[in-house]
Formats: sequence, structure tokens, C-alpha cells
Amino acid sequence: MDLITPGSGLIFWQLLGFLGLLFILIKFAWKPMLAALEERESSIENALKAAETARNEMANLKAENEKLLAEARLERDVILKKAQDASNKMIEDAKAEASKQGAQMIENAKAVIETEKKAALAEVKTQVAVLTLEVTEKLLRKNLSDEKAQKELVDEFIKDLKLN
Amino acid sequence: MTRKLLALSILLSAFLLGFSNPTFAAGSEEDKTSFIMHHVKDSHEWHFATFGHTHVTLPLPVIVYSGDRGLEVFMSSNFQNHETHEFGKEYAHEGYYIDEHDHLGRVDEASFVELSITKNVVMMFIVMFILAWIALSAAGHYKKNGAVAPKGAAALIEPIVIFVRDEIAKNSIGPKYKKFVPYLITLFLFIWFGNLLGLLPGAANLTGNIAVTCTLAVLTFIITNVNGNKDYWKHVFATPGVPIPMLLIIVPVEIIGLFTKPFALMVRLFVAITAGHIVILGFIALAFIFESYTIGVVSTLMVTFINIIELLVATIQAYVFTLFTAMYIGGAVAEHAHDDHH
Repeated sequence: MDLITPGSGLIFWQLLGFLGLLFILIKFAWKPMLAALEERESSIENALKAAETARNEMANLKAENEKLLAEARLERDVILKKAQDASNKMIEDAKAEASKQGAQMIENAKAVIETEKKAALAEVKTQVAVLTLEVTEKLLRKNLSDEKAQKELVDEFIKDLKLN
Repeated sequence: MTRKLLALSILLSAFLLGFSNPTFAAGSEEDKTSFIMHHVKDSHEWHFATFGHTHVTLPLPVIVYSGDRGLEVFMSSNFQNHETHEFGKEYAHEGYYIDEHDHLGRVDEASFVELSITKNVVMMFIVMFILAWIALSAAGHYKKNGAVAPKGAAALIEPIVIFVRDEIAKNSIGPKYKKFVPYLITLFLFIWFGNLLGLLPGAANLTGNIAVTCTLAVLTFIITNVNGNKDYWKHVFATPGVPIPMLLIIVPVEIIGLFTKPFALMVRLFVAITAGHIVILGFIALAFIFESYTIGVVSTLMVTFINIIELLVATIQAYVFTLFTAMYIGGAVAEHAHDDHH
């Protein structure tokens, strides 16, 4: 057996054996193995893609939530402001109403007072007239008796009247 | 770890020297180194060890086909001296003999074809059996569990399969890589297992045999050229961008190039593995030549060191053979617009 001369027997068996090995391994080992590997790789890739999609969706959802929250906040502020305005307006209105009513009452009171005053004055006038009549009557009666006394009486009455 | 290894090497060397000295000490200088070439070459029998005058040998079938006598099967022990177990022309059997250089011949000098199950054929079947066993049990894992994470044999094979597919096939062949991946994986694993098992003491130098590397290179050559596309053949017979008179020189060079590629594959693997074995055995032979325990210890340490390097070489050579195969196939199937380059 020489070192650099290929032996025919070895070439024959090597070719036969290697082709057989190739056939068996390709059919029963490499094909299923490569298919399984590919399947696994694609499943991993899909899982990664799904995770990526989920992450994106989460981010979108979060952004949307934040947007909604911001909108809600804005709306709340608007509502609060409106409520504040409304309450302010109500208070203002109430105040205005109250002052108006107060003024009205004062006006009414004033009118009543005026009426009473007028009535009182009328009464006073009536009374004065009555008294005057009475005085006049008395004077007339006294005048009939004594002139001097009449005079005195008139003076006295006048004095009295002044005192009153 | 290193210390243990060192201790083991020294022990082993002492043991080997003690055993083998009587055998080799008596012989001439050539006898002391003849076992190197004997180991490196193929043989009709598998010789494991010699203790004094007892040979531990596995006789192997000798199969011969000749036009006049048809197919004949003998055992290698038929052609030996029963006492010394030596081959020689004088121990002819049924018209055939194996000479002292382990060469089969026919007494009447007629032509015949030898198809013997030699040492390397047995080694090849062992390598194939181990490889098939591991690969099939790895494939069984996927069949049983579906596309899940690998375990056991699958965990051993899968990284290699992925490496060959992604790093060798995909990178060197391009988009049409899928068809060639199974061949490349088988090639890589066969060479790698052959290289590694060949390093075992007593094993045959399978991947360092030129017939084996030749067969593998021829397979690569056939696959490359069968799959060669229009561009590939155009490149060989009408190299673009070359003036017509120059084609007279270029075309023969290209045609020679077709054959030098597999030839380089064949020689590279053969030389790398055989040289490694010769170096290791050479260091062992030093101990017998100098008949010194000191040299024995030193050479055994060197053998351990070279063996570790050989583990690396075993892997690198398997990788290189597969990579170049992939590159040749890649060159044959590549679709390129080649107006501007070359």
C-alpha cells in the first residue's frame, strides 16, 4: 500500500460508504433537523415580532391614555371654571337681587313713613283746627263777659299754644 | 488539570518505554522508525500491538475481482507466515500474494481490481457508524419534541449544523445555499470525526489517506460542475473582457483550474493529517532511537503537546475542506453581472 497512490478498494468503499451515509443522513437526519431549525427560527422570529407589536400597541395605548387623561383634565378645568363662573354669577345676582330688594323695602318703608307722616300731620291739622275752634268758642264766650278777661285769656291761650 | 496531564504523560511514557524497549532495542535504525510509515499507510490487516513476539492483529477480508476468475474473498491471514505474521511473496494463496510492503499482487501477473476491506475501510465504517448514530439520535430529538431547544446529541450536532449552514454555506454560496447544506454538513462531520478518531492510539489514518481525500474531492468536483450555471461555463470557455487571442492561453488555464481546485482539496487534507501523524510518531520513535528514558519523557510531553495541536488541526482541516467546497460551489452557482470586473 503506497502513501500517495490511492488504493482502488478504498476509493470504491469510500465512495459507496459516503454516498450511503449521505443518503441516510440527508433523508433521516439533516432534512428533519434543518426543517425543525427553520421552524424554530421562524417561530422565534414571529414571537419577537409579536412582542414588538405588543410593545408598540402598549406604547400607543399609553399615549392614548395620556391624551385622554389630558383631555379629561382640560375638560374638568373648563367645567370647574364654568361652575366657578356660574356660582360667582349666582352670588352676584343674589347680591344684586338682595340690594335691589333692600332698596325696594327702604323705598316702601319711606313711602309708608311719608304716608304716616302725612296722616299724622293731617291729624295734627285737624286737632289744631278743633282746638282752634274750641279756643275760638271759649274766646267768644269770654268776650261776651269781660273784655279784659277776654284779652287775658287770649294771651294765655296763645302762651299756652307757644309752649305747646 | 495541567499538573494531572503532566503526571499522566510521564507515567505513560515510562510505561511505553518499559514495554517497547525490548521489542525495538534489538532492531536496526530502520526498524525503529518503520512503524511510522506502517501506521500512516493503509493495510490489509489491523495491527494493534506487539508484545514480544505476540502480535495483536485483526485479520481483514481481501476481496479481489478479476475478469477471468470473478469475485473472490480471502482473509489477510491467508497470506501470512503463521509464525511471524509477516506478509511476503512466498506466502501466496490461491494465486495471490501480499508482499512485504503490504501490496496485493497476482502470481501470474494478470490484471485484477482490488476491493479489499482494508484497515481504513473498517475505520471509515466505524466513523460513519458513529456519525450516523449521533446524527440520527439528534434528529430523533426533533422528531420527538418538535422545534424546541436542543438536548443531548442534538445539542452537540445543532451548533455545527447551524455553523455550517450560516457561516459556511450562506456566506460562501449565496442565495442558493439551501440545496448544498446537507452535503456540506455531512462532509464537515465526516472529515472532523475521521480526523479526531484517527488521533486515537491504534486507530487508522483515515482522513490522511489519499484515496479518501481523493474521493471526497471528486464528489465536490462533480457537485460543483454539475451545478455550474451559464456564467460559470462562460467564464471558463469565453472569459469576458479578455481579447480573443488571449483566450488561447486563458481557456486552458481555466480548464486546468477546474481540476486544480479539487486536487488542492485532496492534497491539503491528506498532507495536513498525515504530517500530523508522522510528527507524533516521529517523537515517539525518538525514544526508541536514543533508548533513553529522558528523551522518552521529553518526547512524550511533546507528543501530548502536538496531540493538542492536532485536535485543532482536525477541526481546522474539516472547516477548510468544507469552506473551500462551499466556495467552489458558490463560484459555480453565482449569478453575477460581470461586465466591469475580471
